[in-house]
This record gives sequence, structure tokens and C-alpha cells, in this order.
Amino acid sequence: MPETETDILEEQVAQQYEAGFVTEVEQEMLPPGLDEDVIRTISAKKGEPEWMLEWRLKAYRHWLTMTEPTWANIKYEPIDYQSISYWAAPKSKGDGPESLDDVDPEILRTYEKLGIPLEEQKMLAGVAVDAVFDSVSVATTFKERLAEAGVIFCSMSEAIREHGELVRKYLGSVVPPQDNFFAALNAAVFSDGSFVYIPEGVRCPMELSTYFRINAMNTGQFERTLIVAEKGSHVSYLEGCTAPMRDENQLHAAVVELYADEESQIKYSTVQNWYPGDMETGKGGIFNFVTKRGLAAGRRAKISWTQVETGSAITWKYPSCILKGDESVGEFYSVALSKGWQQADTGTKMIHVGKGTSSTIVSKGISAGHGQNTYRGAVKILKGAQNARNFSQCDSMLIGDECGAHTFPYIDVQNPSAQMEHEASTSKIGEDQVFYCNQRGIGTEDAVSMIVNGFCKEVFNELPMEFAVEARKLLEISLEGSVG
Amino acid sequence: MSLLEIKNLHAQAEEKEILKGIDLTVNPGEVHAIMGPNGSGKTTLAQVLAGREEYKVTEGEILYRGQDLLAMAPEERAREGLFMAFQYPVEIPGVSNVYFLKAALNAIRQHRGEEEMDAMDFLTYVREKMKLVKMDETLLNRPVNEGFSGGEKKRNEIFHMSVLDPVLAVLDETDSGLDIDALKIVAAGVNSLRSEGRAFVVITHYQRLLNYIVPDFVHVLLDGRVVRSGDKQLALELEEKGYSWLEEHLGAGEPVTA
Repeated sequence: MPETETDILEEQVAQQYEAGFVTEVEQEMLPPGLDEDVIRTISAKKGEPEWMLEWRLKAYRHWLTMTEPTWANIKYEPIDYQSISYWAAPKSKGDGPESLDDVDPEILRTYEKLGIPLEEQKMLAGVAVDAVFDSVSVATTFKERLAEAGVIFCSMSEAIREHGELVRKYLGSVVPPQDNFFAALNAAVFSDGSFVYIPEGVRCPMELSTYFRINAMNTGQFERTLIVAEKGSHVSYLEGCTAPMRDENQLHAAVVELYADEESQIKYSTVQNWYPGDMETGKGGIFNFVTKRGLAAGRRAKISWTQVETGSAITWKYPSCILKGDESVGEFYSVALSKGWQQADTGTKMIHVGKGTSSTIVSKGISAGHGQNTYRGAVKILKGAQNARNFSQCDSMLIGDECGAHTFPYIDVQNPSAQMEHEASTSKIGEDQVFYCNQRGIGTEDAVSMIVNGFCKEVFNELPMEFAVEARKLLEISLEGSVG
Repeated sequence: MSLLEIKNLHAQAEEKEILKGIDLTVNPGEVHAIMGPNGSGKTTLAQVLAGREEYKVTEGEILYRGQDLLAMAPEERAREGLFMAFQYPVEIPGVSNVYFLKAALNAIRQHRGEEEMDAMDFLTYVREKMKLVKMDETLLNRPVNEGFSGGEKKRNEIFHMSVLDPVLAVLDETDSGLDIDALKIVAAGVNSLRSEGRAFVVITHYQRLLNYIVPDFVHVLLDGRVVRSGDKQLALELEEKGYSWLEEHLGAGEPVTA
């Protein structure tokens, strides 16, 4: 008997569930509060092995002994950790808005401007998509190509179940649970994230994007990602999306660990546009407190962090590199925008351990409105780090008169053979510059765009191409109306 | 049709009246010099023509190519062919001179219904113009005015003018801060652009520039009004006798035209 359309649909839907959605969920959401029982429940719901539960509990117990850090240059209402719900079932098809008509027009406007195709818009907004064929079939072909190359790219939950030994070997090796307050919390309650493993000598055949991980929309607020690159392998990973993302959960405390073995290269690019809060009052935005660290473990390993951050009410993150292998390389390229009432305290740490290591830091901070942008960077050259080299450049741009830019560079050199270069600049887009552009025939929006793009050029050049195009557009949209 | 008609222009800055009734007519092909002591309103006049919001027009009208100039936004005026060389050109970090000019020229061309120039054609076009102001090619790729000396900034303004091909060019004290060599180069650049269809309003404090850019008309601004108009001889008289001579000569301060 020929298959009816309904049969085909049901088959596809079943496949989708198989690929990563949790099948049995008793409750939609756990009541708020955090204790050992909550953690046991989370672990049980995810069908985790015993070692994983123990790992979580150990982290939780340690977290209880820690105090929340307050040294960052940001102000926020104290977080009540007992009022957060630590588990929410992934949204099923019936949960979202009925159609795009029910979605906030402001969000739709941004989708249009970013050139996001209609079907994708529905997906992003959580509207049930009738024909899932396209997204499932694309993801399937993608997975086939990766499988051929021996690359593992799946959700963290799946990895814990299917590749337990690998995960266990590397999890927490770069960011141990005791590392900091938020890392400990994440280790205890992390919901999901990505796991990537590139075998020896393999150049991953395509850029890995979180979009292709079917669970992408439901990672929740405690994302945990682990990328392992074996000897001589290469991978480029894209995180996030330019579309504005809302979430009822205000606190996001993610952990990303990168492990790069000898002669391997990991490039990790992020475009972040979480809801920044109300432009007038600053209320309701996401708090993005992230620990990202890469360990260049082997000789000539290379780790590059590239980020464009325009969202979140508060961004607190320092993607860092530990340059352990001799001649290993660490890079950090960042554009961070703070406007409205956003606050960002972000930067990087480059720790030179091995010999002949080098690091490059290029940070571009843009402040507008009442935004406060702080760059905090640390370059540490340890005693045994012979012939280390570092180049740091942190530039701030102020748009208007009510915003702020702050720079806290820390340099700790314990080996006299180190070569350090540090440059910093502050510039302002004031009415004078805009008027000058106007007088030459260039409109105000175009002028601001042009000036900001010029300012961010060096960072955009490091982004994978499609990301760069989207990032430019995102910055343009984010800057609309900033020059009064 | 006259290119520019200013009628009874009153304008203030920070609530203080600076222009107290300016009348001026400029026709295509003419070079008008505007002279006056500090505080007479020279720069205010330039800024009002360019459309700077801080300067509020309280009375009067300005017709540019028959249109109401005051109703046009600054970029609109530029696209209609009005160019101002700034007295203090600002720096625009991160944006190269050549990229900036291409964006400006194409905005103007688009407005005129012409096709935009691509990078290759633009570079060829721009190289020709550079010769006019003896501009070093390295300044093309530098961010606009960044690290330029005073003289280089002023020459860059004239360079911009030659690239953008305006109909009316207002030069706001282009000679201030220039040594004699830079002055000659700037003047040569301006003179090479003199044509039947184009007019210049040259605002200057000193007569010296007018030895090189010989004006058809000279107007003297005193306390926000044009008190005397004449030809280039007037400038020479002023040089010799000073502005105070003119003030005394006017007696009751009534505007006098030659």
C-alpha cells in the first residue's frame, strides 16, 4: 500500500524525536529551587549514567561553599538562585505561537532586516512548522557527511549517552567545576549544549553551526559545550544567531571548553543577540555570564575566539586560552556593543605556559545610549614561557555623551624574554563627524554604519564569511537611532 | 536664474542673534569673497548654508537653485551640489579617505539619477583629481584627516571638492593656518575649478588669499550685516586701512553698497 502523506509526516516527526528530543517527560517544568533532588531529577530525566550524576553533585556541593563574585564593573539586582526553575522540557510542537501574526512585530522586523527566510523565521519564533522535510533532510545530509569524516557533532545529552567515555575524559578538563561560581553552578545543572570531536588528522568538511543541531532552540539557560580536536585536526564552529532571542529565563551561565591537541586548530565564532532588555528602562534583559576557555594542549595547537556581542542586558565573559604546548597560538577578536542600558564586562585571558607561544588580542568596544562597556584583559607570561609574544589592541568607541568605556588591562610577565605590545585608543562619533558626512552627501544612518564598520573591520575580517555578513547587518540594525 | 539668493537672513546660535539681516545674490560663474573681523558672523553664515542644526534661522529665506534651502536636510543640500570646505575638518577614524569619497560621490550620483561608480573607475577618476591639489597618494588610504597636518587637512577639503564636483562651493576660512606654499596650492586647486556653471563663496579673514583667488565681488560683514560690497579693490583697501576704518567710515552703521 502506498504511503500517505500523513505516514510520511509521522515518520519524519518520529525521526526528529529520535535525533535528540527527550521522549519521556512527566512535567513540563520543575518548580523553582535548587537542591540535590532537583539535580537527581535532571540527571534522571536525561537518562544519564551514574558518573555524570556524581560529577554534578560534587560540583553542586562545591558551589554551595562559594560566593558570587562582585568584582565586575556591572550593576545588577541580586539573583535569587532559589527562584529559578532548573529544568524545562523542550517545547513540543503545540507550544509556540499559532503563526507569525502572533509574534512580536519588533522581532519580525528584525528578522526581515536580517534577511531571514520565512520558514526559518517561523522556526526561530517557535511557530510549528507544517512541513519539516526541509530542515530534517538538510540536517540529515549534513550528519552523513560528518559521519563519513568520522566527526562527531551532536548534543551534549546525546554525547553523554552515546560517547560517554570520550566526554568523561575531557569534560571539566579545561574548566573544572571549582573554577568559578558560575562554572560550578553550570556543572551542577547544565541542560544541554554541543559536543564536537574531530579525529586525528581530519579537517572538518564544513563549518559546524548550532543551527544544525536540531535541539538548538531548546538548550535552556545552562548550556555546556565541549569541543575536542585530536592531533592535526581542524574545526570551525559557529555559535548563536543574529536573530534576537527571547527567553523567560533571565540568567544564562554557559560553559564552553575547547581542547586542542598537537598541530590542531579550533576556531570558535559567536554572534550573540540575546534580548537586551527594555531600551528605556533596561528591565528584563538576559544576563549572559559565560566561562569559555581553550586549552592549546599540544605543540603548535591554535585556538581562535571570535565574537560579536550585541545583545543581553549584562554580558560577563572572558574567552581565554591556556597556551601550554610549545609554539601554540591563542587569538581573541571581539566586537562588543552596549547601548540602551546594557552593560558589558568582557575580555580575555591569555596564559603563556609553553615555549615560543604567541597571542593576539583585538578588542573593539562600542558604547551608545547609556551603555557601559568594559574591557578586561589579562596576559600572563609564566616563568617557563620562554620567548613568548603578545599583541593587544583594545579600542573603544563612544557614540553620544551618556555612555562609558572602561579598560582594565592586566599584564603579568614572569619571563624577561617576552615581547609585549599593547595599543589602546578611544574615539567618539559625535555630531561633528556625522555632520561632516552629511555635508558630503552621506545620510546619518549610513554615516554611523560606515564609521562603526571601519572601526570593527579587523574583527569582522576574522569571522567566517556568512557570519561576517550577518554580523555587519546586525551591528547596523543595533545602531539605528543611536546618534541623536 | 541666480544660484543663491539670501534674503534678510537672521540667525542665532545659543539664543544669541548673530546674523541680523543678510542679503546676498550669487550667480553661476561668480566668485564672491566675504570678509569681516572676528565675531562678524562669517562662519555662522557658512554653517547656516551647510545646514548645521545648532544655528537657528529666525527670519528670512534662502533660495538655492530656486528651491527653499532651509527646508532641505544637510545631505540633501550636498546632493544638490552644495559643498562646504570646513574651517576645522574633523577626523573620521577607521574610514579611508578613498572609501569615504566613493560613498559620498555615489550618494550624489544616485540622487542625480546617475549610475554609481565602481571601485576601479573611481580610483582612476580620483587619481586625476589628486594631481590638482598635489595630493600624495598615501593620503588616499589613510582614514579621513587622521594624522593630517593642518595644511593637509585644508588641501584634503579642496580635494574632496574637486571629486564631488559641486555647483556652489562655500570655503570657510580655508586659508586659516596655512603657510604661503599650502595657500598657493589650495588657491590653484580652487582656480582650476572655476567655470561658468559653478560659483564660489570664499570666506576669509585676510586679504592675502584673494591675491590668488581673485574675486568678482567682495562683501564685508560687520556685526551680522553686509555693510559694504565692492570688487577686489575693496579687499585691498581693507588690507591697507583695517576693519576699524570701515566702521568709522560708516558713521551710523548703515549698510552701504558700491
